[in-house]
Amino acid sequence: MKTVKQAPISLPPKLSLLTRPRRILRTVLGGLTLITLYALLTLNTAGLKISSAMSSLGNNLNIMFLHPGVGQDTWSLLLRALVTSISLGLLTTILGALFAFFIAMGAARNLAPAWLANTIKAAMAFIRAIPTILWVLIYSVVMGLGASAAVVGLTFHSIAYLVKAYSESIEATPAETIEALKASGVRFWPIVFQAILPSIIPALLSWTFIRFEINFANAVAVGAAAGANDIGYYLFMASGFYFNFHEVGLIVYLLLAVAVVLEIISIQLRGHYLKQN
Amino acid sequence: MPTKPTPQQFFRRRNRQLLIILLILIGIYWLSMVLVNFQTMSSLAQVPAGLIWLAKNFIPTQRSLSYLGAISFQLWRTLLVSIASTICAGLFSLFFAVLGAKPTAPAPYWRVIVRLGASLVRNIPVVAWSMILLFSFKQSDFTGFLALFFMTLGYLTRAFTETIEDLDPEKLNALRAVGATYLQCVFCGVLPEVATTLMSWLLYMIENNLRDATLVGILTGTGIGFLFNYYFKSFRYDAAGLIVLLIAVLVIALELTSTRIRKAIA
Repeated sequence: MKTVKQAPISLPPKLSLLTRPRRILRTVLGGLTLITLYALLTLNTAGLKISSAMSSLGNNLNIMFLHPGVGQDTWSLLLRALVTSISLGLLTTILGALFAFFIAMGAARNLAPAWLANTIKAAMAFIRAIPTILWVLIYSVVMGLGASAAVVGLTFHSIAYLVKAYSESIEATPAETIEALKASGVRFWPIVFQAILPSIIPALLSWTFIRFEINFANAVAVGAAAGANDIGYYLFMASGFYFNFHEVGLIVYLLLAVAVVLEIISIQLRGHYLKQN
Repeated sequence: MPTKPTPQQFFRRRNRQLLIILLILIGIYWLSMVLVNFQTMSSLAQVPAGLIWLAKNFIPTQRSLSYLGAISFQLWRTLLVSIASTICAGLFSLFFAVLGAKPTAPAPYWRVIVRLGASLVRNIPVVAWSMILLFSFKQSDFTGFLALFFMTLGYLTRAFTETIEDLDPEKLNALRAVGATYLQCVFCGVLPEVATTLMSWLLYMIENNLRDATLVGILTGTGIGFLFNYYFKSFRYDAAGLIVLLIAVLVIALELTSTRIRKAIA
């Protein structure tokens, strides 16, 4: 951590702890606070009565978390849908990682020419800037409702995200290593697979796993839009059409269970790799 | 390690390991493909056609410029809501993080409570949050604000807790040794040290919330997401395309601004 609190000695006697970075930090924070106040004061609340809304919220949370139930669907249906969601997450992560790895080599400044790296990075920034749900909606028009639209939409965003993460990991390899290998006549692919890849595997793995968690959450979120028959679809139907909060509660519990398992796996993975390296 | 393997043995073993991992991945991929009912090749083949369709239909035309007023107003409101929800959630997260981080927790059980609470709030999906809140708080900007607030709260509490725990514990020990009270430790020892990192997280969450606001908006009928859904469902693709373009421009502008701020405060 950098410490920047030391004022330059050449300054006149009045010593101040408030350095330039600190001043900028305070200005930005102050500006954001003002914007927040303005936003909160002008927020359209549509004549809302907080007390009745709160009691209704408490009531719904009570139904959800203390009285979960399957509603009009069955356990087997919901569990099958949960498996579909997990599969969607896995599928889009693997597909995304595969594409992203090869694209990332074009986007890494120490492997590719600058013009190529910059073009790819700009294109990926653009794809990343468009929310996943919009990609899925757009592809559901092109390809029709179903799993394909969800997979392609989610993969699009995964690729853009992973290319950024991977290329930054690749760029962490010292330029001298690559220079030395090139100078001794090693060709491109051996450099990538024998020199760069082994040293960045932990970083790649942890990014990919983070992306898997994101993809799982996104798969649930876009389920309703794409009609992929996953748990997100049932969640949307139960909450938005049947108003069955018992079933919403059960689905939330199922998703929490998956989240706990993922958390444990991520801790194990990190521990395993930290020990090896 | 008893004996060092020869280079040949080393590479053979590594290749075998790589092969096994590759096979497992292919197996997972194949199984998921079957479970989701997804045809890789035929779907991937449709991607270029999709992009061409996109370019034909989603390019904003002269007509879509007439929607520009309504779109920019909603985009502005959405940006305000994203910032407001991040800053409010950040304030609460900071409080919870101080309670829940190892070096500053008043009592060990606070750590467990904060961790469990944050994990619970974080893992309730957006769809569930939006729908529960929509049911109680009706269709208004406030509902969108609350949905984003809760998601950000769960995420930032974890991030802030980890940031505080990454601090060098020796500094706090030193402060305590010279007789600083708990509050002095927190306000003069911890917060100034982590301010830069926390700011960086806040900026990241503003970007993220702007993107998530689209989904929340579609679900709760507020902000730019609602407008997109409205144009999209009434087949005014050019107007929907204009929204996509403007969101992308705004997110990229925000990203560039936060990068500059991060550099300036580092």
